[in-house]
Amino acid sequence: MDSATSDRGEPRQALSSTADNGLKIVIVGGFGVGKTTMVRSVSEIRPLNTEETMTKAGEAVDDTEGITAKTATTVAFDFGRITLDAHNVLYLFGAPGQERFWFLWDRLFSGTLGAVVLVDTRRLADSWYAIDRLEHHGTPFVVACNDFGGPAHTPEQVRGALDLPPEVPLLFCDARSRASSKQVLISLVEHLQHLQRARHPQPALQPPIPEPTP
Amino acid sequence: MSRGRPGRDDSPDRLYTLTGGRSSSGSDAFDLVTLIVAECDPVPGMQSEHAAILRMSRFPTAVVEIAAELGLPVSIVRILLADLHGTGRISARHPRATTYRLPDLDILEQVLVGLRNL
Repeated sequence: MDSATSDRGEPRQALSSTADNGLKIVIVGGFGVGKTTMVRSVSEIRPLNTEETMTKAGEAVDDTEGITAKTATTVAFDFGRITLDAHNVLYLFGAPGQERFWFLWDRLFSGTLGAVVLVDTRRLADSWYAIDRLEHHGTPFVVACNDFGGPAHTPEQVRGALDLPPEVPLLFCDARSRASSKQVLISLVEHLQHLQRARHPQPALQPPIPEPTP
Repeated sequence: MSRGRPGRDDSPDRLYTLTGGRSSSGSDAFDLVTLIVAECDPVPGMQSEHAAILRMSRFPTAVVEIAAELGLPVSIVRILLADLHGTGRISARHPRATTYRLPDLDILEQVLVGLRNL
């Protein structure tokens, strides 16, 4: 759909000098599903576009013998930015979900907090590969169905079609809406908290020690 | 200078020249969201891309933002940053959550509070 991004050269809104922690969330989905639209809805900057050229992992890059054999792929992606507080800045990356890009994930998106799989319910099959790879990769994710005004599907229908495990949150959203997109991100972070708490159960809160009565 | 897509449209020769022929920074020291801060002003005679990076990172600026503004692939920008970092002209604020595993609950709570305040 639209991948319109801002022209370079326009004044860029600077971060605070105290900003010191960059965080990543990846929005993945098929072509035209609304990734850039969602980034734009919540970003404080107009989405920017950049690209990375990478050679496939495991192939010799310094060996002159290997130069003719190595394959380079260029992947373009959009991103936006949300200043969370004086220290934390969240970057949202709209990433292509097509099969040929997935070998890039390890290096490009390692360290991401989690992913939003943006889904068009008219083309659910476009999401199968992305979901499979995220599960394989161990990247936590939520699935968000972007509302294109098509026939309504029940969550059960979508879950069934995507073969989605019950623990993966499924949401319906409108990527053009800031509030709706924000809610998708909040749901992802709440899901991460839930996973983290399940993995490392917190010790039960100790009752406060009563003040000694005089 | 062309305002097109230099990274994509320029000949590979130009990218080769920018980095003195290197194709790898030799490390993954710079994450996409590592925040770069200039430690000095550009000086005359400096490679123009180095000068541009110093100008745009007077305030913290992520590696990916620098790449987008320069119109260069991230891998090329990493090499330029390594040059500047090696000579002390920039400092790098690395992400605290780039482990493969889940980030700690403190960070998640901060993210949640920030999102809710949007």
